[in-house]
Amino acid sequence: MTVKVKVENLNFYYGDFQALKNINIEIHENKITALIGPSGCGKSTFIKTIDRMYDLIEDTRADGHILFDEMDILKSDVDVVELRKRIGMVFQKPNPFPKSISENVLYAVKRHGDVNKVAFNEIVENSLRKASLWDEVKSKLHQSAFSLSGGQQQRLCIARTLATKPEVILMDEPTSALDPIATSKIEELLQELKKEYTVIIVTHSMQQAARISDYTGFFLNGELIEFGNTKDIFTNPKDKRTEDYITGRYG
Amino acid sequence: MTKKKYLFQEKLIEVVLVLFASISILTTIGIVFSLLFETMIFFSEVSIFEFFTSIRWAPVFDPPSFGVLPLITGTLLIAILSSLVSLPLGLGTAIFLSEFASSKVRKVIKPIIELLAGIPSIVYGFFALTFITPLLRSFLPNTDIFNALSASIAVGIMTLPMVASLSEDAMMSVPNSIRQGAYALGSTKLEVAIHVIVPAAFSGIASSFVLAISRAIGETMIVAIAAGQTPSMSLNPLGSIQTMTGFMVNMALGDIQQGSIEFKTVFAVGSVLFVITLIMNLFAKYVIAKNREVY
Repeated sequence: MTVKVKVENLNFYYGDFQALKNINIEIHENKITALIGPSGCGKSTFIKTIDRMYDLIEDTRADGHILFDEMDILKSDVDVVELRKRIGMVFQKPNPFPKSISENVLYAVKRHGDVNKVAFNEIVENSLRKASLWDEVKSKLHQSAFSLSGGQQQRLCIARTLATKPEVILMDEPTSALDPIATSKIEELLQELKKEYTVIIVTHSMQQAARISDYTGFFLNGELIEFGNTKDIFTNPKDKRTEDYITGRYG
Repeated sequence: MTKKKYLFQEKLIEVVLVLFASISILTTIGIVFSLLFETMIFFSEVSIFEFFTSIRWAPVFDPPSFGVLPLITGTLLIAILSSLVSLPLGLGTAIFLSEFASSKVRKVIKPIIELLAGIPSIVYGFFALTFITPLLRSFLPNTDIFNALSASIAVGIMTLPMVASLSEDAMMSVPNSIRQGAYALGSTKLEVAIHVIVPAAFSGIASSFVLAISRAIGETMIVAIAAGQTPSMSLNPLGSIQTMTGFMVNMALGDIQQGSIEFKTVFAVGSVLFVITLIMNLFAKYVIAKNREVY
């Protein structure tokens, strides 16, 4: 089994506050890794380090190593623009651009050039199909993305990410703003996506982690308490704190 | 407090506030009425056809000529040239402040830019005449002492803070989640600014543009001091021109008799100015309504 992202001794700080403490984790290729833990435990901060989104927040710093294939993501000379094309991110709330549906999908493709216009329609269709949204929107590709429902908007955001052909997709509680039906559609979609992509998903729902993921990591107060096969974590946790969390004693 | 007393106070305050609001409405009605009244008398003496087709404006000459077109072209020349300064520089400033500057830099620069907006326009007028004009003449020797370009540059600098500040407000109000979405797809700052934030804030940016152009059309002191007093259809920016406002202030300062035809020209020109700015404002409202994004 191939390790796609290898995190070694990662520490992360917001100003003086240490949000992540000595994280070590291996993310396997073409698997879904779920990160669970109570609010403020550092799980969202953790995935922000993997595509360097924390660069956008003033007064933050990280040390340690995050090896993506052979490249250390945390090195200052890493081209973050290039990195973020290879590591996509889907956010908590759907955040489509105020543009048409097809323009949303094509946004990154158009910025990164080198694709001719003839391919545009194909990219729109492929990306929307992969995000299981095509059948619902194929007749209204030129309408505003804001005309879609929340669940559709989130799948559009996934399609928009897929259009850049990423290797890893980071998801930060992607279904927390969605109703149960929209949520189950995204969960089904994830099973399809993992055939081609490596997925890391932060979720506040333990049931969701148990349903969809191959590996699960439990975060608490900035530390990775336990990491392993999802089945093991949920049926046979080694750490008392993990057991307390999954049995609902806090969180 | 009894319920009755409470209700009475509520009512009283409402009446007072309605009174305040009606002052501005009544003033507007009063201005429009006095403009139109004098303008109608003017057009009973001067043909409206001559007013809008003749290309010579010489109301105090003998024989007089009442073609308003040179004043309109003069005004448009100032509006266009000043826009070439204020719109790109203002938008560029806004993009820098909203998308590139750190919060520390923004806190320093924004008040300084807004300070520019507080400088009285007469100061800009003398700045144009005593600094910009000599500068222009040093490398464009054909430039008249009074010229449209110098005044336009000053008007452009004066309206720049309005464009910068309002556009920046519009861009800052685009939710951060949209910005993050764009960065997460591997966008550079410039790509985010140009392809995501500016289109998303378009209605606010467009309204700042229209306001700046309206302001340039209505600007009086700078053009009265620096642009000259020569009504001219020429679109040469280096020559002396006269704008509608420039003419009005000249007449107001001169010793013309109240009730004379020269006096009434001021109102006729004022009406044209009023209609032009009204159209601009309606156009701005239309653009804003059509492009508004609700998040």
